[in-house]
Amino acid sequence: MTLPLADLVTILPELLIVGMACLILVLDPITPSGKKDFLAWMSLGILGVCALITMTDFGETVVAFGGLVVVDSYAAFWKMLLYLVSGLTILLSMSYLKEEKIELAEYYAFVLLALAGMMVMVSGTDLLTIYLGIELMSITLYIMAGLKRSEARSIEASAKYFVLGAFSSGILLYGISLLFGVTGSTRLSEISAVVNGPASEDPLMLLALMLIIVGFGFKVAAVPFHMWTPDVYEGAPTSVTAFMAVASKAASFAAFLRVLLEAFGGVKPNWNVLILALCVVTIALGNLVAIVQTNVKRMLAYSSIAHAGYALIGIVVAGWVGIDPDVSSRGISSLMLYLAIYSFMTLGAFAMVAILRKGGLEGENIEDFTGLAKRHKGGAFLMLVFMISLAGIPPTAGFIGKFYILMAAVNAELAWLAIFALIFAAISAFYYLRIVMVMYMRDPSPEQEKNTRLTLSPQVSVVLACAIAGVVLLGVFPGPLVSLTDLSVLSISPVR
Amino acid sequence: MTEMVVPSGGMPWLTLILILPLLGSVVLLLAHESMSRQIALTVSLLTFIVSLPLWFLFDNGQAGMQFVEKHLWIDSPAIHYALGVDGISMPLVLLTTFLTPLCILVSWTAIQSRLKEFFISLLVMETATIGVFGALDFVLFYIFWETMLIPMYLLIGVWGGPNRVYAAIKFFLYTLTGSILLLVAIMVLFFEGGRTFDILTLTQASYDPGLQSLLFWAFFAAFAVKVPMFPFHTWLPDAHVQAPTAGSVILASVLLKLGTYGFLRFSLPMLPDASVTFTPIIMTLSVIAIIYGAYMALAQSDIKKLIAYSSVSHMGFVTLGIFAWNAQGIEGAVLQMVNHGITTGALFMCVGIIYERTHSREIGDNGGLAKAMPKYATFLVIFALSSVGLPGMNSFVGEFLVLVGVFAWDKLTATLAALGIILAAVYILYLIQRIVYGPASPKMLPKLTDLNAREFGMLVPLVVLVFWIGLYPKPLLDVMHASVERVVATHSASIVVQQDGDSSDNVLVMSEVLPPTVNVFEAEVAP
Repeated sequence: MTLPLADLVTILPELLIVGMACLILVLDPITPSGKKDFLAWMSLGILGVCALITMTDFGETVVAFGGLVVVDSYAAFWKMLLYLVSGLTILLSMSYLKEEKIELAEYYAFVLLALAGMMVMVSGTDLLTIYLGIELMSITLYIMAGLKRSEARSIEASAKYFVLGAFSSGILLYGISLLFGVTGSTRLSEISAVVNGPASEDPLMLLALMLIIVGFGFKVAAVPFHMWTPDVYEGAPTSVTAFMAVASKAASFAAFLRVLLEAFGGVKPNWNVLILALCVVTIALGNLVAIVQTNVKRMLAYSSIAHAGYALIGIVVAGWVGIDPDVSSRGISSLMLYLAIYSFMTLGAFAMVAILRKGGLEGENIEDFTGLAKRHKGGAFLMLVFMISLAGIPPTAGFIGKFYILMAAVNAELAWLAIFALIFAAISAFYYLRIVMVMYMRDPSPEQEKNTRLTLSPQVSVVLACAIAGVVLLGVFPGPLVSLTDLSVLSISPVR
Repeated sequence: MTEMVVPSGGMPWLTLILILPLLGSVVLLLAHESMSRQIALTVSLLTFIVSLPLWFLFDNGQAGMQFVEKHLWIDSPAIHYALGVDGISMPLVLLTTFLTPLCILVSWTAIQSRLKEFFISLLVMETATIGVFGALDFVLFYIFWETMLIPMYLLIGVWGGPNRVYAAIKFFLYTLTGSILLLVAIMVLFFEGGRTFDILTLTQASYDPGLQSLLFWAFFAAFAVKVPMFPFHTWLPDAHVQAPTAGSVILASVLLKLGTYGFLRFSLPMLPDASVTFTPIIMTLSVIAIIYGAYMALAQSDIKKLIAYSSVSHMGFVTLGIFAWNAQGIEGAVLQMVNHGITTGALFMCVGIIYERTHSREIGDNGGLAKAMPKYATFLVIFALSSVGLPGMNSFVGEFLVLVGVFAWDKLTATLAALGIILAAVYILYLIQRIVYGPASPKMLPKLTDLNAREFGMLVPLVVLVFWIGLYPKPLLDVMHASVERVVATHSASIVVQQDGDSSDNVLVMSEVLPPTVNVFEAEVAP
C-alpha cells in the first residue's frame, strides 16, 4: 500500500509536530543542561509554522485517507486553539520547570506529542483514528502528570490517572467494538447511515452509544466520571495541570461533539437526555464541591468540572430535537466559544498559581494568596480578573461565554436549564470571590510579607499578558471570535 | 460598525461621561499614589461639568430618548452600544455625576490606605452606574448592571468596618442571585420580542399575559433586591454599616435607584398587563417596607444603621409612587429618587464626618454636637428635616406627589403610607434630639472640632439642592413630565382593559379633580 502524497499534505501539521517531538528527543542528550530552553523555542517555532498552515484550512473540507481524517473549519478552529494553549503551556513551563527542578527536555517533546494526539482527535472522522488520538494524548499526559518524580503526590496522580484513564479508554474501545459489530464500520459517516436506518432501535447500538458517552465523559471530566480530576490536577506539576485542564478538555469536547453529531446525529433522542443529565449533575456537583476546597489547584479542578458542565449545555442544545437546525448549530458554536474563552481564563489562573510557587511559597493553598494585593498589586489584579471571569461576571470574557451558551439554551426552549446554570454560577461566585477576598481583604502574615518578590520571567509575563488580553478583549469585543465560531461550525452541521 | 446616529448637539455627550471616569482610572493607575486624591477629584469634577449639557440641551417637550448614540457592537445576535436618556434617566445620570466628586471629597482624609485602588473603584462604579441609566440595549444594560458589583464589593470589603468581609459577600451574592432571572428574562425577551435587544423596540412589542407574569417576577427578583424591597432588604443594613462613607453614599444615593429605575423602565412599559395584575402585591410590600423600615429605624442605636433602615422606608415611597400608575405618582417617585439621593447621601456624609472624629457611630457616644460643632449641627438638622419631609424642602414635594398619586389608586394605602411620614418624623427627630441636643460625652468632647473648609464646601451644594427642589421643583418636574406621561399612557390602556368600569372611572375622576401636577406647585410655592 502506498501513501498518496496529497493525503500526507493534509496532515502536514501533525507530521511536523511529531517530527519535532522526535527531533527534540534526539537533540536532548547532546544539548548541554542549561541550554534546554533552546528546545522549547524550537517547539514554539514549529507551533507557529503549523498555525500558519492550519490557517489556510478554514473554509475548506478535505477528506483524507479514505475518510479517516478530515481537514475542515471545525478541526482548524480547534487546532488553532490547541496551538495557542500548547504554546502558552511551553512558555509557562520554561521557568516553572526550573523552579520545580524538573528541567527535562522530554517535557517539550511530550507536550508536542500530546498536541499531536489532540490534533488527531479533532480531525478524526473514524472512531479508531479518534481512539488513537485519545491514546496518544492520554499516555503522554500520564507521564507528564508524574514528572515531579521526587514528590509522592505527583507519582500518585500519574498512577491514578493511568489506571482510571486506561479503564475509560477500555470502555470507549468496548463501545467502538460493539458499534462495529452492529454497523460493520468505524467510519462516522457509515455508522450514521446504519444507525439512522436499520439499526436505529438496536439495543446493542444503544449500549455502544452509552459506552462511548461514558468514555468521553471520563475524558471531559463530567460527573460522575470526574473522580480522577481533583487528585490528578492537584498532584501534577502546575504547568501540566493547566495543559490538561485546557487542551485535553477542549480536544475531548471537540471529538465528543463530532462523534455524537456525525455518527449519532440521526438518533438524537437516544442520547440528548443522557447528556442533559450529565450536564445538570456536572454543573451542580462541580460547583458545590469546589466551595469546600482549600487547595487552589483542587478548587480549580472542581471549577473545571463545573465548566465542563456549562460546555455540555452546548452539546445538549446541539442534540435537542424539534428545533431549528440554525439553533442546533448555535449550540455547537457557543460550545466552541465557551471553551476558547475558558482556555484563557483557566490558563491565566493556573499561571498565577505557578508564579506564586516561584515566589518561594508553596502557592497552592488559598491561604498563600493572603494579602497578595499588598505584596504584589499587579499579580493580585490579574487573579481578580481571572476569578471574575471564571465566575462569569461582565465585562469579562467569562460572561460572554456564558451569555452565548445560555442564549443557545433559551433558544432551544431550555430556559429552565439556563436558570439552573446561572444559579450555580452565582454559587460559584462564592468560591471564586474567596480568593479575591483573601487577596484584598486580609493582611499578609509577616512571613508572607518577606516573600514579597514575585519575579516574573519574561516568558511567564507573555503567558499572563495573553491570558489577560484574551479575558478582557474577548469580554469587550467578542465579535470576531463569535464570527469565527459561526464560520467554523458549518461543516459539522448535523445530519438531518 | 457603520450604523451611526448623530446625537443631538453633535457631541456624543453620554459616551464622554462614560469614558471620562474610565480614563481617569487609567491615569490613576499610572500616577503616583500621593496624587490619587487630586486626580480623582479633577476627573470627577470634569465628568460633572461634561454632564451638565445633558441638563441644558435637554428638550423638555420630547418624551423619547435624547442624546442617542447607537453603534453596532456584536453582529450575531445584534447587540448595540446604544445610549440615550429621557426625562426619567437624565436626572439620575446628573445625580450620579454630581455625587461622585462629593464622595471623593468625603473620603479625602477618611481613606488612608490603598488610595489608588479606592478611587479607581469609585470611578469605575461611576461609569457603570451611568451606563445602567443610559443603556438602550438590554445586554449593555445588563453588563453595566453586573459590572457594578465588583467595585462595590471591593469598596465594602477592603475599606469597610470590622465585619466588612461578611457584608461585602452578602451584598454581592444577594444582588448577583437577584440578577440571574433578569438575564434569562432578557434572553427570553430577545426571542419573543422580535430578535432584538433594543430596549425601545422590546418596549413596543406586546407579550402574552402568561409570559408577562413570568417575566414580571424575573424582573422583580433583580430590581426588588436592588431597591431593596421588603423582604429582600436584609443585605442593606449590613452593607451600609460596614461600607466606608463614600461607599454608603454611592450605595444609598445611586445604587438603590437602579432597582426603581428598572421597574420604571422595564417592568411597567414592557409588561403593562402583568404590572396591573400584580400592583396590589407591590403596593402591599411597599407599605410594609415603609412602616417596617421606619419601625426598625426607631430601634437602632447605630446612626448609620438607622439611616439605612430609613432608606428602606423611603424607597418604599418610590415603589409606591411608580406602581400608582398616574403622572403624580410616577413624577413623585422619580423626584423622590433624586431627593433620597441628595438627602440620604448627605446624611451618610454627616455620619462619616462625625465618625472621622469620634470613631463611633453609636448615638450614645455622639451627644451634644450643637455646642461643640454648631456649623455641623446646622447642616445635620437641615438634612434631617429634609428627610422628614418638611414643607419647603425637597422630600416634601416628592412624598406629597407620591401620596397624591397613591390616593388616586387606593385611599387606605395612601393613609398607611402617610403613617410612614409620621414615623419618619419620630425616628429622625428623636435622633436629632439625642445627638444634637443631648448631653455630650466628656470622653469625646475634645475630638469634636467643627467642620473644616472641605467638609463645609461639600455640604453646601447639597443644602442648595434641598431648598431648590423644595421651593421650586418646576424645572425638574418639567424635565420628566413628557417621559412620565408616555409611561402613564402605555398603562392607561392596560388599566381600561383589565379593570372593571368602576375603578377606571375612579382613575378618570381623579385626573379631573387634580390639575396637572406642575401647576399645583406653582400655585403653592409662588411668593
